Amino acid sequence: MTDTAQALVGDGYKYGFVTDIESDTAPPGLNEDTVRFVSAQKGEPEWLLEWRLGAYRRWQKMTEPKWANVQFPPIDYQAASYYSAPKQKAGPKSLDEVDPELLKTYAKLGIPLHERAALAGVAVDAVFDSVSVATTFKDKLGELGIIFCSFGEAVREHGELVKQYLGSVVPQGDNFYSALNSAVFSDGSFVYVPPGVRCPMELSTYFRINAAKTGQFERTLVIADKGAYVSYLEGCTAPQRDENQLHAAVVELIALDDAQIKYSTVQNWYPGDAEGKGGIYNFVTKRGACRGARSKISWTQVETGSAITWKYPGCLLEGDDSVGEFYSVAVTNNRQQADTGTKMIHLGRNTRSTIISKGISAGKGQNTYRGLVRVQPKAANARNYTQCDSLLIGDRCGAHTVPYIEVRNPSATVEHEATTSKISEDQMFYCRSRGLSQEDALGLIVNGFCKEVLKELPMEFAVEAQKLLSVSLEGSVG
Amino acid sequence: MLEIKNLHASVEGGREILKGVSLSVKPGEVHAIMGPNGSGKSTLAGILAGRPGYTITQGAVTYQGQDLLAMSPEDRARAGIFLAFQYPVEIPGVNNMYFLRMALNAIHRAKGEPELDAGQFLKTVRAKLKLLEIEDDLLQRAVNVGFSGGEKKRNEIFQMAMLEPRLAILDETDSGLDIDALRLVSNGINKLRAPDRSVVMITHYQRLLDYVAPDFVHVLSEGRIVRSGDKSLAAELEKTGYVGVGA
Ligand SMILES: Nc1ncnc2c1ncn2[C@@H]1O[C@H](COP(=O)(O)OP(=O)(O)O)[C@@H](O)[C@H]1O
Ligand SMILES: [Mg+2]
Repeated sequence: MTDTAQALVGDGYKYGFVTDIESDTAPPGLNEDTVRFVSAQKGEPEWLLEWRLGAYRRWQKMTEPKWANVQFPPIDYQAASYYSAPKQKAGPKSLDEVDPELLKTYAKLGIPLHERAALAGVAVDAVFDSVSVATTFKDKLGELGIIFCSFGEAVREHGELVKQYLGSVVPQGDNFYSALNSAVFSDGSFVYVPPGVRCPMELSTYFRINAAKTGQFERTLVIADKGAYVSYLEGCTAPQRDENQLHAAVVELIALDDAQIKYSTVQNWYPGDAEGKGGIYNFVTKRGACRGARSKISWTQVETGSAITWKYPGCLLEGDDSVGEFYSVAVTNNRQQADTGTKMIHLGRNTRSTIISKGISAGKGQNTYRGLVRVQPKAANARNYTQCDSLLIGDRCGAHTVPYIEVRNPSATVEHEATTSKISEDQMFYCRSRGLSQEDALGLIVNGFCKEVLKELPMEFAVEAQKLLSVSLEGSVG
Repeated sequence: MLEIKNLHASVEGGREILKGVSLSVKPGEVHAIMGPNGSGKSTLAGILAGRPGYTITQGAVTYQGQDLLAMSPEDRARAGIFLAFQYPVEIPGVNNMYFLRMALNAIHRAKGEPELDAGQFLKTVRAKLKLLEIEDDLLQRAVNVGFSGGEKKRNEIFQMAMLEPRLAILDETDSGLDIDALRLVSNGINKLRAPDRSVVMITHYQRLLDYVAPDFVHVLSEGRIVRSGDKSLAAELEKTGYVGVGA
């Protein structure tokens, strides 16, 4: 492990600080007026307000999904606030207008927003509580016709694109949380890559929940036009608080003919303390549509944070010869619960999907892989390969694998492999007998276990993710 | 260097495996420990390296004047103890070279020496690889995963050569090796021999001792050292078997 990671171990959750900043926060509660308030705050056009109200009305008739293998007390949706924005002049024109406290916060999180200090080759959109506070490298991307901006700005500047694609992959009524998000989403990121353009840098959004008693509901929309390529990264942290906070995001990806989208997440929301107090409820709907022929969407996720994770990034393989991939590492330590997996829906001919899931449970963590592979009648020669591996650390945790396989075309090939193993004392001793500390030994073995997934991450993220894995398993051995 | 005094050790369930082992190893010496299967050789080696799961009921071990039994396995490694495993452990997904570099750097850091940069590390690796005639390809594979028995043993000796321990404990490193591999491994051990370095070789066969001449030979039987002598004891064993030497 590197020195930085070494410094992290023993620190516990290092992102748990709170930024002291003045915010405009909506009073708690959710009704049509709240929806109108959010929309008005953002100066939205009428069509979007109507769209939100439609979603709100649907949501009112819906109930929370109960099938996931997670337990939590009832959420009082009227107790949360649905909008919080750091007070600043509406829409900073440049980084010089961004509140220095905010810039400091991101610097502390290791995300420098000043372009000259920024990671080479990564453009960042920073979302603080409900609003996007800064987007870097916009001009440079603009020269290629790539749009990368906050969702709010996209609504103002590129309304037609937003209108065309919003809700086209995750319909409002898809599930309880997507309906809620559609009603009250505050901001998020928007990406459009024009035909034939290969985006020359990683695009990245960094989400930060700061305010207390607020939920975060961001919306991300990524469109890769014909023959385009984009790699998108998402990272997140939140302060350490005793109460649970809800994060209900929606991400929609659209890949047209021959386009490719690579979407990577390193999720490190505050997981709660060792006794299970506090932490983020991460109830997220992510889906990509491989709309065009030969298009490809890859999801890679490293989920180490949150008290509860409920997410199933999936692919609708509509175009012939399209490809969907899902690579996942999910860690649950202490009292964390994760119910996560993917949905691969084969609609077009010769569509292929690959699922590699690595679940790691420690402490009293509960980790469930839940995955659906569905081959529809028209999807001739569809192929899926699924591999689910679980690693247990200690004997008070649990791992569960729940595959759903529905094949409606006889020419399909679907393979599923699953393994469960315990971290072996022999492996630990072998590493330690070569001079590695317990923490380093565990980190090494766990990283080895996750290798097939980690190698899918862009370089900068892979290093982060490795450290994070070690840190989040801190205290689970010895 | 190493002083074992009247060591008694038992495993979970209370069964006593070592029943009063005493052994003194001075700098530069090579000791061979021989004995029938199940006599406690690996137990002794494991206890010296800090393998968990044993209870020391009596006795003491000092290493370079320190109470060895109070040290964690990693501290022992950092203080120069190396155990070549009888059954090296597989670590899927972890690159062999990366593993070695982490180990080497951990040991360097503990000694307050600078970590090797990628270039220096590679240079050292190349030199030692050649010595053991190990294929480059072995370094790029996951630690011990899919290695043949002989490859695993050679990899242990390669690690030893890289980590340059003060006290090397080799647990049946010779078993399962063909004659060419045995020669390479022996060569590796001989290269390491130095006035300030000691080796404890656990072996079943006289064979290894033809290549690496020990200063002392001990026979371990049912958890006790029943005979000690010089190299000629090994020859005697070869003739009479363990029973003949009182084991
Ligand atoms: N962890 C353990 N639990 C129970 N018995 C053990 C354990 N380790 C070793 N033994 C027993 O102790 C004896 C000595 O084993 P070992 O040290 O491996 O012998 P050797 O290496 O000389 O063949 C054997 O009878 C073996 O079955
Ligand atoms: Mg043995």
